[in-house]
Amino acid sequence: MTAIPIDYYLIFCSILFCTGVIGVLIKRNALVILMSIELMINSINLLLAAFAAYTNDPAGQIFVFFIMVVAAAEVAIGLAIIVLIYRTTHSIDIHVLNKLKW
Amino acid sequence: MLFTRYLFYFLTILALFSSTMVLASRKPIHSVLFLTLTFFAIAGHYILLNAQFLAVVHIIVYAGAIMVLFLFTVMLLNLNKDERSPKPAWVKIMAVIAGGMLMLTLIGVFRGYEGMTTADPSLTQIGLVKNLGRVLYHDYLLPFELSSILFLTAMVGAVLLGKKEQI
Repeated sequence: MTAIPIDYYLIFCSILFCTGVIGVLIKRNALVILMSIELMINSINLLLAAFAAYTNDPAGQIFVFFIMVVAAAEVAIGLAIIVLIYRTTHSIDIHVLNKLKW
Repeated sequence: MLFTRYLFYFLTILALFSSTMVLASRKPIHSVLFLTLTFFAIAGHYILLNAQFLAVVHIIVYAGAIMVLFLFTVMLLNLNKDERSPKPAWVKIMAVIAGGMLMLTLIGVFRGYEGMTTADPSLTQIGLVKNLGRVLYHDYLLPFELSSILFLTAMVGAVLLGKKEQI
């Protein structure tokens, strides 16, 4: 079999996921943190689609479709919340939002 | 087949580079544009996996809808005075070390994995619109209908949150 081995996809998606994790940890702009979450969701989607293609099972690709649905809803709500935060605090720096900190 | 492999490497390097640039760029607008590039690279990966329906949906949903939402938000908010007091360097170094440790662990676990590969991805037909549509409307009809309720809820929530006057 001369196809691309499945572990290439595993390693690529691991690196992409960890890029998203690092982005959530180092950034303090709420917008960029939301983008990093999108990166993580996309790496998981690609891995699910890869396994679906390598095992000839259409259910995995249907799940990717539903994850995209949920991600679109999540982004719409998240950006509305960010706009609301900006309207009340005039900043989307997450360090301004420490009122709930113990 | 060699061409496919070169295309895989090219798309992988493009996705990794642009996802790194999402984090490295200072202005949010540059992050959004590099994220769009990442999404196009991932759409290319879907096409390589013969998942044409997912590739089209990915471009429509992410590059078409989500990126426009991000761009609108970046342009609506006045973000020129960003990074006024950046995180201390040791926090960033610790975060990168922690993420790198996670990456090393995952790579160590997954390297050399070759189970569950029963089909050749360049020959599978499951990613075509015809076959996926049959599965979606036959086996997964109820989740498909429920997702429309989820969208309705998200739309109502976004409108309610974005309203100007106090509730």
